[in-house]
Amino acid sequence: MKSDKKKNKGRLSDNKYIKDIVQNREVYILFIPVLVYYIVFKYLPMTGAMIAFKDYIPSQGILGSPWVGFKHFERFFTSPRAMLVIRNTFKIGIANMIFGFPMPIIIAVLFNEIRNKYFKKMVQSVSYLPHFISLVVVCGMIRQFTSEDGFISYIVAMLGGERQTLLNVPEYFLPIHVISGIWKEMGWSSIVYIAAISGINAELYEAARVDGASRIRQIWSVTLPGILPTIIVMLILRVGSIISVGYEKIILLYNPVIYNTSDVISTYVYRTGLQQFEYSFSTAVGLFNSAINFVFLFATNMLSRKFSDTSLW
Amino acid sequence: MKMTTDEKVFSVINTIFMLFIIFITLYPFWYVIMASFSDNSAVLTNQGLMFWPQGFNLNSYAKVLKNNMIYTGYSNTLIILLLGTVLNLIMTALGAFVLSRRNLHLKKLLMIIVVVTMYFDGGIVPLYLVVKNLGLINTRWALILPGLISTYNLVILRTAFESIPASLEESAKIDGASPFKILWSIILPLSKPTIAVLVLYYGVGYWNSWFGAMIYLKDRNLYPLQLVLREILISGTNTDMVSGADSQVQISETLKYAVIVVSTLPILCIYPFLQRFFEKGIMVGAVKE
Repeated sequence: MKSDKKKNKGRLSDNKYIKDIVQNREVYILFIPVLVYYIVFKYLPMTGAMIAFKDYIPSQGILGSPWVGFKHFERFFTSPRAMLVIRNTFKIGIANMIFGFPMPIIIAVLFNEIRNKYFKKMVQSVSYLPHFISLVVVCGMIRQFTSEDGFISYIVAMLGGERQTLLNVPEYFLPIHVISGIWKEMGWSSIVYIAAISGINAELYEAARVDGASRIRQIWSVTLPGILPTIIVMLILRVGSIISVGYEKIILLYNPVIYNTSDVISTYVYRTGLQQFEYSFSTAVGLFNSAINFVFLFATNMLSRKFSDTSLW
Repeated sequence: MKMTTDEKVFSVINTIFMLFIIFITLYPFWYVIMASFSDNSAVLTNQGLMFWPQGFNLNSYAKVLKNNMIYTGYSNTLIILLLGTVLNLIMTALGAFVLSRRNLHLKKLLMIIVVVTMYFDGGIVPLYLVVKNLGLINTRWALILPGLISTYNLVILRTAFESIPASLEESAKIDGASPFKILWSIILPLSKPTIAVLVLYYGVGYWNSWFGAMIYLKDRNLYPLQLVLREILISGTNTDMVSGADSQVQISETLKYAVIVVSTLPILCIYPFLQRFFEKGIMVGAVKE
């Protein structure tokens, strides 16, 4: 009797799905190309990442290549390069966050203090502009301006440095990466905060003014508390992706002379994998990178769920 | 209302700061434009900032406009951008439509399959091997197919579709319209603002991308503009740009500046019209959080 019921239930739930699929087949058919895309270009590479634990031999295919366990991971962690790229990844990620995160908030608050509507609109539009310039062009400009005869090198020389190609000096890579990042994105990143500020109740400013609060006092006591939730959400997002330092900009800027300060995990993955064709080794390093990225995202999300109401999932 | 002295001081300082922001944002572009009209030797010996052309010389523009790779790059980028964006929209709309349907039993499962890919991926080498095994190397498809759907955009569009009241579809359903017909003639027309934002996201993505082209393409006739620019500006390997006339092994400085102007001008021209959409777009994305 009992088993009968179970069997029946199983068949019923089977039926439920089959009935659903039959009934909605015209809807599900529309999803087939989408599903094929995700399987081929997302899940196939995910399973292909198993070559990190194999010695991938192209002629034998991914499945046919021999398993080697953690060999490639061991090789990475025992190489002197490992510490270097991990350290650089953290350095660049943390520097970008410390200097890059506050700027959009500051300029959003100051945009809000401009009383002339047209001037405000103009400054905002100008500040968004660099976001739309392609990375290749921006990096081309950086290389030009910081070359030995570029005007930024000239300014650095005026401030007491040496006249030289700045991108050949290891210590200058980090500031160049961070400052150009701020230049390109600060205006654009401020939009979120500008929207948050526009949601603040105007009566609060009115009340503060009646109480005789100065402009700076109003910023401190009305504007900033008003956008604090937005700041927290953006901070979580930022900390979560702090070490996913992108390779595109670095590839466009660095050269072997300054690998010591500019080579990060993702650029190392690119060079070993797609330039030196060490597919398995590079995939292993890439997996390690994804793993620590995920740990960061997960940890920041846990923390924020614990200490505030905002979380991503 | 009267301003106190404090307020005035604050306003003046703030205005000065804003003028400073404008200056540091625009000056690099100004420098590029001025340098592109200058004599090469004058640019090389120029000390510090430049506010007007040093000498006046249009040679570099003549050379850029004679360079076939720039035209090839432009047309390749346009082909990929148009074809790619259309395919992106079709696929994103199909996915968002199905995932926004009410009462589908498998919806949750399909949603998980889609969203998981936002947090995990196989990495660049396994993706490269898939593209290679599909025989897409050295074809334009390698630049389009791997990025056919941006999951982030799909989620945005799904949110927009879900906000459309079900009652609007009822009459069509009674008339026996197929799901595709409902998507095409009811859902899509009602989601135009979001679609416009996605067109811009996908379009700008194609305009800016170079990395995929660099790893997948060998034939220089297929190079998109950004990869041509990379050859000229970054690696200095574009030999077409070195003419015998100025007997220099390197691409001249003014030529690089002229290339930047020629490749960025279209963006600057349409920027004022696009900006409004983008501002809206970033809010569309923010709603999701």
